[in-house]
Amino acid sequence: MIQITKRDAKLWSRLGARATYGQAILEMARQRDDFYVMSADLCQSSGLFKFREEFPDRFINSGIAEQNLIGVAAGLAKDGTNIFASSFAPFVTMRACEQVRMNMGYMQLNIKTVGLGSGLIMAQLGNSHYGVEDGSVMRVIPGLTVVNPADGVEIMKTVEAFCDYPHPAYLRLTGGPGLPMVHEGDIDFQIGKAIKIREGKDIAIIACGTMVYNAKKAAEILAGKGFEASVIDMHTIKPIDKEAVDAEMSKQLLVTVEEATIVGGLGSALAEYIAPKKQKPAQLMLGIKDTFPHAGTYQYLLEQCRLTGEQIAEDIEAALET
Amino acid sequence: MTDNERIKSLVQHAKQIRKRCLTMAFNCGGSAHLGGGLSLVEAMTVLYGDVMNTSNRTLPYEQMDKFILSKGHGVLGFYAALAEFGIVDPQLLMDTFMQNGSDFIAHPVMKPEFGLESSSGSLGQGISMAVGLALAAKKKGYPYQTYVLCGNGESNEGSVWEACMSAVNYGLDNFTMFLDNNHMQSDGHSPEVLNISDKYTGMLKALGFKVIEIDGNDMRQVYDAFHTPHENGKPKAIVGNTIKGKGVNFMENNNEWHHNRLTKDRYDEAMQQLEDKA
Repeated sequence: MIQITKRDAKLWSRLGARATYGQAILEMARQRDDFYVMSADLCQSSGLFKFREEFPDRFINSGIAEQNLIGVAAGLAKDGTNIFASSFAPFVTMRACEQVRMNMGYMQLNIKTVGLGSGLIMAQLGNSHYGVEDGSVMRVIPGLTVVNPADGVEIMKTVEAFCDYPHPAYLRLTGGPGLPMVHEGDIDFQIGKAIKIREGKDIAIIACGTMVYNAKKAAEILAGKGFEASVIDMHTIKPIDKEAVDAEMSKQLLVTVEEATIVGGLGSALAEYIAPKKQKPAQLMLGIKDTFPHAGTYQYLLEQCRLTGEQIAEDIEAALET
Repeated sequence: MTDNERIKSLVQHAKQIRKRCLTMAFNCGGSAHLGGGLSLVEAMTVLYGDVMNTSNRTLPYEQMDKFILSKGHGVLGFYAALAEFGIVDPQLLMDTFMQNGSDFIAHPVMKPEFGLESSSGSLGQGISMAVGLALAAKKKGYPYQTYVLCGNGESNEGSVWEACMSAVNYGLDNFTMFLDNNHMQSDGHSPEVLNISDKYTGMLKALGFKVIEIDGNDMRQVYDAFHTPHENGKPKAIVGNTIKGKGVNFMENNNEWHHNRLTKDRYDEAMQQLEDKA
């Protein structure tokens, strides 16, 4: 077990998602020797530099060859060994999509793929590098678990949980340095078990990744206007926590927020689950609206996609009025 | 047993395997990949009948040799070899091949207890897994050897070459690739589709493989090639020039038999031809 203090939470927030992933791998490697770590020429960008220095025999570079990254990981995982394999989100999930489908879906091999820089954090690098569809694409593959942690603490907890999770999974890393802090210390974290961030009787905002923090902010703004919103951190978008959803079914409105396309991700997962229910609130899906946003700063992109706390509150208020 | 005696016996096994391929294809009642299933029979025979230790099913994972059929549509020769050398029940295979709910469909589905190490069918993937298996053995000191069989059509896939580059890069001298180079593919003769099927030896040598180019349907050459030791730190590739549909004259080099259904007359004729061969 990794002991998490407020100081850690602050440090990881400052480091950002990628460096925190590397830090988590390093921490786990110091505790156990039952996994290997692969990268497609992005050791540095995955924050794995220290890990590679300390555990050179446990680090394997595939070169810039994501298909082979997943294929080799599959061979290494054949005896049950856990393999973490990272690259930028679109490359590891879409360039190598069919390798993921065969090896992690069809064969259920024990590989954890890690999508770096997912969502819009790659900013000025443009849509070639964004993780818009990665979570959706991974979610549709049968038998794959998909986790999008809300902050540094959750990234650390996810990597720790993945070390004892003998199933294929995708870790979707959103947010950069200066990652918002949702948790200030240790949390009870289980794959597939949502975390209630806030209670509220009128609305439920279900969010994942960086949008958990913005959802919380939106809930605070809404509270000032007389609307009480609960906020649910649905870090695991597959399988979604049905119990946590059931507990929100008496609300006026269900809102999903994700730094991802609204097609096929968390919003879709929720809609698929509640569709057959006779009594259900309306659902508002917030995220990237089936488009490739124009590149710019991260903040510019969030605003363009209406994903800041203020904009989320505005859109929820508008939906309540219609 | 001398090498000559071994080879003589393997030739007889290959004949049985080919007959089994035809019977499976006929029994299943539908189309099967006959051409590419027959070209690789000598490679399968030498691997399962001589080189690999897989007939001893009691061996632990880390000791049992690994084989991946990267060209997944080559199942006829592959399954038939598993049956010929006692890894799967021949009757079960004959009764269930391509039937609803079967473990033996047109592309392998992973089931290690049946000797099916990997699911394949999507070309250009199995070789990467084989690289991973060989790398795992290096890292963990496992004594097993890893063998992978790729097709020449399959080698149009860029991912085959990603895997080849990495096999050299990781210094996998416990890795052997057999390239079933029948110079044909789904759309016909390879030179008319993507003209590289005579370049594989040069390509693999340039990457740093130890390469042996042979007649891949000549049992002695296949036997010798698999028995040629690795060079230290180098993966080995056997480029086996083969004939698609080998053993049945109307199938040989005839792409109508890439994927086709055997009628009773054609089946009888094909079986007779195999029977008549020495």
